[in-house]
Amino acid sequence: MKTRTGIAFSRTAGHVSKEGVIPKLRVFTGVARDLACTATTLWAGVLLLSALAFAQNLPMFRWQNFTTASGLPDNHVFCVLVDGKRIWAGTENGLGLYEDGAWKTYRPADGLAHQAVLSLALDKRTGDVWAGTMRGLSRISAGRIDTFTQLNSGLSNDIVYGVGVQGDFVWTATAAGASRLNTRTGQWSLFNNRNTPMYEIWTYAVSPGEDKVYYAVWGGGVLEYDVASARWKDYNDPDGETEMVVMKDQGLIHEITTSVSYVDKILWVATYFGASRYDGRYWHNFLTKDSGLPSNFLNQVKAVGGNRAWFSTDKGLAYYDGTNWAVYRPALNTHKPEMWVRDAAGNMTKIAVQTAPAHNYILGIDFQGDDIWVATAKGLSHGIRLNASGSQTTLSKNMLAHKK
Amino acid sequence: MPVRAKTRWPLRRSARSESQNSYQGTLLRMPTWTRNACGFSRWDSYGLLSAKLVGIASVVLFVIAARPAPKQSATAIREQYLSPIEMLLSPDGRRLYVVCESSNEVRVIELETRRLIGRISVGRFPRGIASSPDGRLLYVTNSWDDNVSVVDATAMKVVQTLPAGFEPTGVVVDRGGTTLYVANRLSSDISVIDLKSGREAKRLLAGRGASYLAASPDGKWIYCTHIYPDPGTFRTPPNSEITVVDTGRQIVVERKRLRNVAGVFHVAMSRDGKLGVAAQLRPKNLIPLAHVEHGWAFGDSLSLFGPDVGDVVQIPIDELDRYYALPWGVAIAPDKAKLFLTTAGSESVTVIDVARLLHSVKTRHKPFANDLSASAAYVIHRIPVGRNPRGALLSADGKQLYVANRLDDSISVIDTASDKLVSTIDLGGPKNIDAIRRGERLFFTADFAFQGQFGCSSCHIDATIDGLQWDLEPDGFGKDIVDNRSLEDLAGTEPFKWNGGNPDMPTECGPRTEKFFFRSHSFTEQQLTDLVTFVYSLPYRPNRYRLPNGELTPAQERGKAIFERTKAKNGTAIPEASRCGYCHSGPKFTNQHQIDVGTGKPTDRSPVIDVPQLPNVAYSAPYLHDGSAHSLEEIWTVFNPNDKHGVTNDLTKDELNDLIEYLKTL
Repeated sequence: MKTRTGIAFSRTAGHVSKEGVIPKLRVFTGVARDLACTATTLWAGVLLLSALAFAQNLPMFRWQNFTTASGLPDNHVFCVLVDGKRIWAGTENGLGLYEDGAWKTYRPADGLAHQAVLSLALDKRTGDVWAGTMRGLSRISAGRIDTFTQLNSGLSNDIVYGVGVQGDFVWTATAAGASRLNTRTGQWSLFNNRNTPMYEIWTYAVSPGEDKVYYAVWGGGVLEYDVASARWKDYNDPDGETEMVVMKDQGLIHEITTSVSYVDKILWVATYFGASRYDGRYWHNFLTKDSGLPSNFLNQVKAVGGNRAWFSTDKGLAYYDGTNWAVYRPALNTHKPEMWVRDAAGNMTKIAVQTAPAHNYILGIDFQGDDIWVATAKGLSHGIRLNASGSQTTLSKNMLAHKK
Repeated sequence: MPVRAKTRWPLRRSARSESQNSYQGTLLRMPTWTRNACGFSRWDSYGLLSAKLVGIASVVLFVIAARPAPKQSATAIREQYLSPIEMLLSPDGRRLYVVCESSNEVRVIELETRRLIGRISVGRFPRGIASSPDGRLLYVTNSWDDNVSVVDATAMKVVQTLPAGFEPTGVVVDRGGTTLYVANRLSSDISVIDLKSGREAKRLLAGRGASYLAASPDGKWIYCTHIYPDPGTFRTPPNSEITVVDTGRQIVVERKRLRNVAGVFHVAMSRDGKLGVAAQLRPKNLIPLAHVEHGWAFGDSLSLFGPDVGDVVQIPIDELDRYYALPWGVAIAPDKAKLFLTTAGSESVTVIDVARLLHSVKTRHKPFANDLSASAAYVIHRIPVGRNPRGALLSADGKQLYVANRLDDSISVIDTASDKLVSTIDLGGPKNIDAIRRGERLFFTADFAFQGQFGCSSCHIDATIDGLQWDLEPDGFGKDIVDNRSLEDLAGTEPFKWNGGNPDMPTECGPRTEKFFFRSHSFTEQQLTDLVTFVYSLPYRPNRYRLPNGELTPAQERGKAIFERTKAKNGTAIPEASRCGYCHSGPKFTNQHQIDVGTGKPTDRSPVIDVPQLPNVAYSAPYLHDGSAHSLEEIWTVFNPNDKHGVTNDLTKDELNDLIEYLKTL
């Protein structure tokens, strides 16, 4: 496990951008091209390329990766949850808790519903962590684990793909519809094809907000629950269940939705065929051909605001700041760390970096201040945010000091 | 029969008639034999009987007359007792506030004169009390109203009511006086109430039956205990916890595990914050209770925690040949020299020398919770007090200990230097002791059991359940395991026992309890009548799942339709005996028959089970005769594979949920 602080940039020059960049970007890329001509100015060029990202306020990270070698329960990490200084990692073989620089693993022998942990949610009011697994839902509360299954409770199905907390309610997305647990009364409410417009009951993710709760229904678009009226509404691909996009920006990009994220009254949707953003009136869709998404195959979207979101794809971690895009990953061919920046005009710039997330197949994201934690198919990655001078942010320093 | 309507016993908010839920109503519906059991009323009922019968009755009368005459018959004279349960001192130490559970009030005693100077009416079944840091406000939990009365201590009036969870019991205020913490017994959680807004901000998960709270002296931590064990694996030792709340973050940060413990009561912290003490029971429910004469049914004990002892240490308070049943209230002297413990079943206060106790803990390297010889090293006094002593409270200087004698309506005052009872404060309850009260005293005392080991209330905590499954019969280990059944409103649910073996309550409470369980001296006929009278008088607690207007929610309505259906979903008729409403019929939802519903286990002598009543079934988990179903759902998802326990396998998950939502309303 690397604990070294600071950053060392790649000695290979980054690719330069295409022509037609925005003026600010052109200045930087042009300068970079000149500087790269001589070996003596190589470092300066690299730094300037990095500065490109910073200039656009695109975050840069030093990536620290955790695997079974460093104590992670399993390298297949489905989800990650930040709980203050504690990090929870839902893996294929146990729930990992990273605290004080060490990993602790919870499995069925400890009371966990199942070793395969598909989803995690934090009840910020109580500190309880909810874990959706392949065999039920577990509540982890100060070390105690209580499990709810389709046999011992009102949970609709044991395969819990998604979980979210909204006040006293715990919402789950399961393989047989949605469930809602009222933690005060113990009452379960089920939502499926019988009482909602859900024609496909394979719910994949849930994003509860104060006024709305959104569900990604795999093959069934998006469902919206209005908290005030207790009514459901569905959003579907106007092109139907096809993979063609005939009417872009006229609705959800595709029916096979994998994730929803509702922040600042803006809905973001991830599908296996692109991403969508919905402000309550207009849809905007994102595809590789017209955005910085590295792939249309999305496992997750996690918004940080109405105009900013992170995307977990099969070809890397992507960030959209409302104008520009950034992609973080090991290169698909060489597996060497790389970072790409795409500006509003579509210019692509490769930023030289020395570290990258553990794998390009990304499944989950969570944030820890300026830092980011990423669940991948081959390990858990901690993106330690760097500032413009290339040093870590205060939080990252504190985290490392804490870990040491 | 004459009925003196003096009671204000809370009535259930339901569509049932009020008489069904009052002591009076219960008595009126008691089986004929019970009403006649006292003898005298037989003449009224059978005035035209033959001379032969008259002769027999004369003999009966003669026998009764030869015994100590009961103070009154077991007819429905219902006095309004107080039942003091918890206490609080005013900051200046001049006033003692006493929570009176049965009279729904707080009585205020001026300690200098020992006079009653005020009666503050609060909600139903108050159970806990705390005060604001300045003492100007009192907070009283109303366990049947699911709220907290805020009392102006000067005006002695309720000025506000705050919401809480199901059956709020223990209560503490944080040091800043801004947040109230309330332990909710039925919802098994802790309400965190913002006192500025009067809103319940959140609920924190606690142990099952969360009931008692104590704050650390620095106010940083709150400790919560619970009276029922946490759900665990079937037929394994029960476990409980002390839930630790960080008041800064208002979240649970630790759960101190109490192994093999079921039933944890008061918890207290020493003034230096280094020693915590919780009163508890260690049940031996996995071995046949027949072994009561060879061992013991409960270990009356304490859990110690805090820097003085390190990890949780359990210590016994019983002796080798004498037990001190139902340890309940705990107080630690300000100088930490002594620890005082009320034993609710043994009607005494146990005094422990803390230095000796800590010496034992430090010098004994192995767990000694089951070594009953150990208590001789640290128990220095046993002080007899009143009946069913509960709360224990020390004066600020630690010189006096106050003990609430719940079934005497009095407060014992103990001089802590001499460890002697110096006076008793009469709270002004009725002097006449009626049949129900006499029966209640019998129910809560451990006097009748071999070596004073336990009483009815050791298993039926506060006359409810204990959440345990017992191996009662002397038929070998692991045979005929039975879950503890609810005692609420039992009239009309006969016979008793899970196999229906006891046709009536006197058989249940008499030969079964006194001879088999207690294995000591028996009840007299009058005592048995009183005990039965009390048990039959236990009302339903309020049902929390019904809407206030008595109507059903759409889900509950759907569940009701499933409960009452006569056809399966494929249109075929459900045989009458397989319909829910066939066995679970009548006002108590039992046809009082015994039937095999396929839930028998290989360890059961017979699969035939008495049909249990269903009202307030939501409160009595686990389920089935042996407690093998952790939840209502498991009754059908796990234990009904062949549709013998009702036709349920054609139900979708939604429909099963609806059925359960309906059952909770009964």
